[in-house]
Amino acid sequence: MTNQLKVLAVVAALAALAIIVPNTGSFVILLATRALAFAILVMSLDILLGFTGLASMGQAAYLGVGAYVTAILATNYQFGLAMDFWIVIVLGIFAGAALAAVFGLLAIRASGVYFLMITLALGQCVWGLAYRWNSLTGGDNGINLRAKPKFAGLDLSHDVTFFFVVFGFFAASLLAMYVLVRSPFGRSLTGIRERELRMQILGYNTWLHKYIAFIIAGGFGGLSGVLWAHTAGIVSPENVVLTTSVDALLMAVLGGAGTLVGGVIGSFIVFGLREYLSTLVPWWQYALGAVYVLTILYLPTGLMGIPERYRQWRASSGKREDPKALASAPS
Amino acid sequence: MDSLNFWVIQTFNGVSYGALLFLLGAGLSLIFGVMRIVNLAHGSYFLLGGYVALTVIWTTGSWVLSIPVAAVTIAVVGLLMERVFLRPLGFDPLRQVLLTVGFAFLFQQAALDIWTGNNFDINPPDALTDSIEVAGLFLPLYRVFMIATALAIGIVLWLAMEKTRLGAQVRATVDDAQMARGVGIDTSRISMMIFSLGAFLAGLGGVIGGAFLGVYPGLDFEILPLAFAVVIIGGMGSLGGAAIGALIVGLADNFGKALFPEISYFTLYAPMALILAVKPTGLFGRE
Amino acid sequence: MTGTLRLRMTLLGGCVAFALGPISTAGAQEELRIGYVAPTTGIFAQVGKDMVDGFQMYLNEVKHDFGGAKVKFIVEDEQGKPDTAVTKAKKLILQDKVHMFVGGLLASTGYALAPVSTEYKTMYISSIAAADDLTQRDLAKYPYFMRTGWSSSQPSHPFGQWACEQGYKKIVALGADYAFGYEVVGGFQRAFEACGGQVIQKIWPPLGTKDFGPYIPTIKRDADAIFSLMVGPMSLQFPKQLRAAGNKKPVIGGGTSYDEFVLPAMGDEVLGHVSPLQYSAALDTPKNAAFVKAYRAKYGKVPSYYSESNYTTAQMIHEVIKKNGGKYPGAEAFIKQLSAMKFDTLRGPVSFDDMRNPVQNVYIKKVERKKMFGYTKDELWNTVIKTYPNVGQFGQFKKAEFLKTPVYGRDYPPCKFCN
Repeated sequence: MTNQLKVLAVVAALAALAIIVPNTGSFVILLATRALAFAILVMSLDILLGFTGLASMGQAAYLGVGAYVTAILATNYQFGLAMDFWIVIVLGIFAGAALAAVFGLLAIRASGVYFLMITLALGQCVWGLAYRWNSLTGGDNGINLRAKPKFAGLDLSHDVTFFFVVFGFFAASLLAMYVLVRSPFGRSLTGIRERELRMQILGYNTWLHKYIAFIIAGGFGGLSGVLWAHTAGIVSPENVVLTTSVDALLMAVLGGAGTLVGGVIGSFIVFGLREYLSTLVPWWQYALGAVYVLTILYLPTGLMGIPERYRQWRASSGKREDPKALASAPS
Repeated sequence: MDSLNFWVIQTFNGVSYGALLFLLGAGLSLIFGVMRIVNLAHGSYFLLGGYVALTVIWTTGSWVLSIPVAAVTIAVVGLLMERVFLRPLGFDPLRQVLLTVGFAFLFQQAALDIWTGNNFDINPPDALTDSIEVAGLFLPLYRVFMIATALAIGIVLWLAMEKTRLGAQVRATVDDAQMARGVGIDTSRISMMIFSLGAFLAGLGGVIGGAFLGVYPGLDFEILPLAFAVVIIGGMGSLGGAAIGALIVGLADNFGKALFPEISYFTLYAPMALILAVKPTGLFGRE
Repeated sequence: MTGTLRLRMTLLGGCVAFALGPISTAGAQEELRIGYVAPTTGIFAQVGKDMVDGFQMYLNEVKHDFGGAKVKFIVEDEQGKPDTAVTKAKKLILQDKVHMFVGGLLASTGYALAPVSTEYKTMYISSIAAADDLTQRDLAKYPYFMRTGWSSSQPSHPFGQWACEQGYKKIVALGADYAFGYEVVGGFQRAFEACGGQVIQKIWPPLGTKDFGPYIPTIKRDADAIFSLMVGPMSLQFPKQLRAAGNKKPVIGGGTSYDEFVLPAMGDEVLGHVSPLQYSAALDTPKNAAFVKAYRAKYGKVPSYYSESNYTTAQMIHEVIKKNGGKYPGAEAFIKQLSAMKFDTLRGPVSFDDMRNPVQNVYIKKVERKKMFGYTKDELWNTVIKTYPNVGQFGQFKKAEFLKTPVYGRDYPPCKFCN
C-alpha cells in the first residue's frame, strides 16, 4: 500500500468514526470519547516507543499532570470553563512538556530496560506526590470537576458536542505527530531507533534528539490529560498509577508500534474490552489478558502490522520459512 | 524508648524486611542477569506462592510442608511460562516485558477466581509467633526466622554460583552470553534453570512473606516495585548486589519511614530514580 | 444481540448469581430498575462481591417484588477506579434507564458518583462510601444524593466518650494515611479530648503498609491505650506485630480494624480489642441471627457490614416503594419520603437526619472467642458490650459549630498534646 493510500485509508476511517459514533447510544459515544482522549497519550508513547525506540513505563505521569492542572484550575480558581478552556489546553501541554523536560534529564541517559525502570520509578514519584500532597490534589479523594466548559455557543456537557471536541483534538494531534515523524527530525529519530551508534558517528546529537522527543511526548500527554479530566469529571491518583502507564504501553504494542494510528486501535480495543465487554460478561479480564498475550506472541507488529505480514506470508508461500522470523520487531 | 534501643530495634526491623526482599529480588536479578528479561510477573509469583501455601495448609494442616510445595509449584509455573511463551519470542526485551505483564493480569484474575478475594494470613506454628526478650527489647521470632532463611538461601546460592561447575556456567552466561555459547555452554538450558530458580525463590518468598504481609489481591503489584528497587540499587544480574540492595532498601525504607514519615512514599522511589540517573545499571550492575 | 444470548450472558454474571424471575405479563406491574456500581474485579473484588451479595440476598427473600413493583437489578463493575465508576453509572442511567443507582465503595468513588446524580437528576444512594463531607459541607451540591450506610467519623464520636469512661487519659493513635483514616481518627480525637482525654501522638502509616516495624517502636511509652484505624491487610498485620513487639497496653480501634471482613483471618492477638461500628455480626437479635445464618449458609462466610448495609438499603428502598403502591415516585419525592421514615433493620432502628445521613445505633464491640447462633465451633466474634442509640453524624456535637470547623484531616484536629 503506498503512502498516499495509507493516508487516505486513515482519513476515511476517521471520517467514518465521526459519522457513525454520534448515531449510536450515549454510552457508546462516552466510550468512544474516552478512547480518543486516551489515544492521544498512547500516540505520544508511540513517538517514543515506535519511532525513537524508547519504551517508557511512566507516561501516565504526563496525563496526570495535565489532568490535575485542569482540575485544580477549574475547582479552586473557576478557570477554564469558558473560552479560557483554550488557555488550560495550552497550560496542560506546557505542564506535560515541563515535567518531561525535568524527568528527561534523569532518564534519557539510559536506554532499553534501564529506561523502562527509571521511567517507572519517576512515574511512581508522581503518584506518590498526587497521593500525599493533600492540600493541592485532594489526596486519595481526588478532585471533582463539576462542570464542563461552555464557550462560543458550544456546551461540552452535551455528549455529542464533547465527542467532536475531543475528536478534533485527536485528529489535530494525529496530524501534528504525522508531520513530525515524516520531518527530518522524525526521520532521525527512526535512525536512532535503528542504529544509535551509527547516528552518533554521523554527527547527530542523539541525546538531544531523544530528549526533545521525550518533551514532545510529554506535551501531548499533558493535552490528553486535560481532555481526560473532563471526560471522567474526576481526577485522582488512580490516573497516575502504574497500571495506567502499562495499559498505554500495551495499547501501543497491540495496535502496532511505530504506526501512530495503532495507538487509537489499541485504545479502542482495550476500552471496548474493559468498559463494554465488562458490562456483558464477568470473564472479560481473561479476554483482555489473552488478547495481550496472543498479540505479543503472534502479532509482534500489532494489529496494524497484519496487512504487511499477510503480504510477506503470501510472498513466501512458496518457501518454508517461519513467519515470525520475517516480521521485524520494533525495538 | 531510649535512643540506643530505638536504633537497635529499627536496624533489626530493617534487616528482617531486607531479608524478605532478598528472597524476592535475588530471583529477579538472576533472571535479568542471564536472560535480560525484566519479569513483571515476579510479584505474581510471590503472591501465588502465598496462595498455594494456603491451600496446602488448609488441606494438610502443615505449614512446614507448604513451604517446599509452594516454592516448587511456582518454579514449575515459571518453567512453563519460560518454555512455552517466553522462549519463542527470542531476544526481544520489550515484548518479553509486556508478555510478563499480560500474564500478571491473567494471574491476578485467576487467583481471584480460585481463592476468592478475602484477605488471608498465613499462620506459622506458635513457636515462631513469640518474641525473644533480649536486654529489654522484644525481637519477634518470626523476623529472626526470616533473616535466618535469607542467610541460608543466600549462602546456598553463593556456594552454587562460586563453587560448582553449573554456577560457573551461569556466571559466564551473565557476563557474556555469546562467548558462553562459544565455549559450548548450553545457555538455553541455563536460562530455563535460572528462570525456574527465580520463580522458586519468589514463591518461597511468598510463603515466608505470607505470614508477615498477608496474602490478598493487589499484593502482587504492591511488592513488584520493591523487588525492582532491590535489583536496581543492587545491580541487575548480581547476587551479591541483590543482597546488598535488599539490605539497603530494607534499612532505608524502615529508617526513612520512622524518621521522616512525611515523605514515606518517596523513601523508595526517589533514591531509585536518582541512582538510575547516575548509574543506569544500578550500583553494582554489570553491563 | 438475541434475547436468549442476552439472557445467557446475564446469567453468566458470575458475581451476581441472580435468576431472572418470570417477567409478569399481568400488565399492571411496574418495573423498578435499580443499578448497582461496585468493584467486582480488581483488588477490591471481594468487598464488591459482599456488597452485591447483601443486596441480592434481600431481593431473593422478597422474590424481587417491592410492594408490587418488579425489581430489575443491574450490577456494573467499576474495577476500583473512580472514572470507570462514572462511566458505568452513566451507562446505567443512559442505556439501562435505571430509576436509581446504588453502591460505590471508596470515598473517591462516592465523590465521583455524586455529581453524576446531580447531572442526570437520578438518585444515587451510597450504602458504603463514608466520606464525611458528602453529607456535610458538600451536601448542597448533591440534591439527588442520599446515604444509607454511615459517615466515617460517626461511630468515632460516641467511642471517644466511651474511652473517657474507661478511664483512659492518654492515647496514641495510628491511622492509615488517607482521608478515611483522618476522619475516623479525627472524630475520635475530637470526642475524646472533649471529655478530658488527650491524644498524645498521631502516626500515619501509608495505606497498604504491612510492615509496621518503623512505627511501633516510636509509640510513646506513657500512653494508656493504643487506637488504630486499619483497613484490609493492614488490619491483619498490625495487631500481630504489636503483640510481637511486647505490647501490654489495651488496644482499641476503628470499626474496620476488626470488622467481619478481616476477622476470620485473625487470631488470638486481637482478643479483647474494642471498636465501634453501626453493625456487628454478633448482634444478638432474632433478626440478625436469622440473617447471619442464612448468609453464611449461602455464601460461606459471616456477613460484614458491607453485606448488611446493602441488605438494609434494599429493605429501605422496598419500604418506600411499598408506601407508593409499587410505583416509583420520582427522585425528589423518594428522597423526601426516605428521609422521613423510620426503619427497623438488622442493625437496629435507623432514621435520617436533615442532611440525608442515617441516625442509628453505634455498637461498642469487643473481640471474643466463643460459640454463637448455634454454631458448634469457637470463633472470633465482635461481641456488643455497649450500645449508644440515636447517633447522628455529628454525634454529641452541635451541627452548626461542627460545620464551621474544617473537615477532619491529617492535622485537624491539631495535635495539641503531642510533645
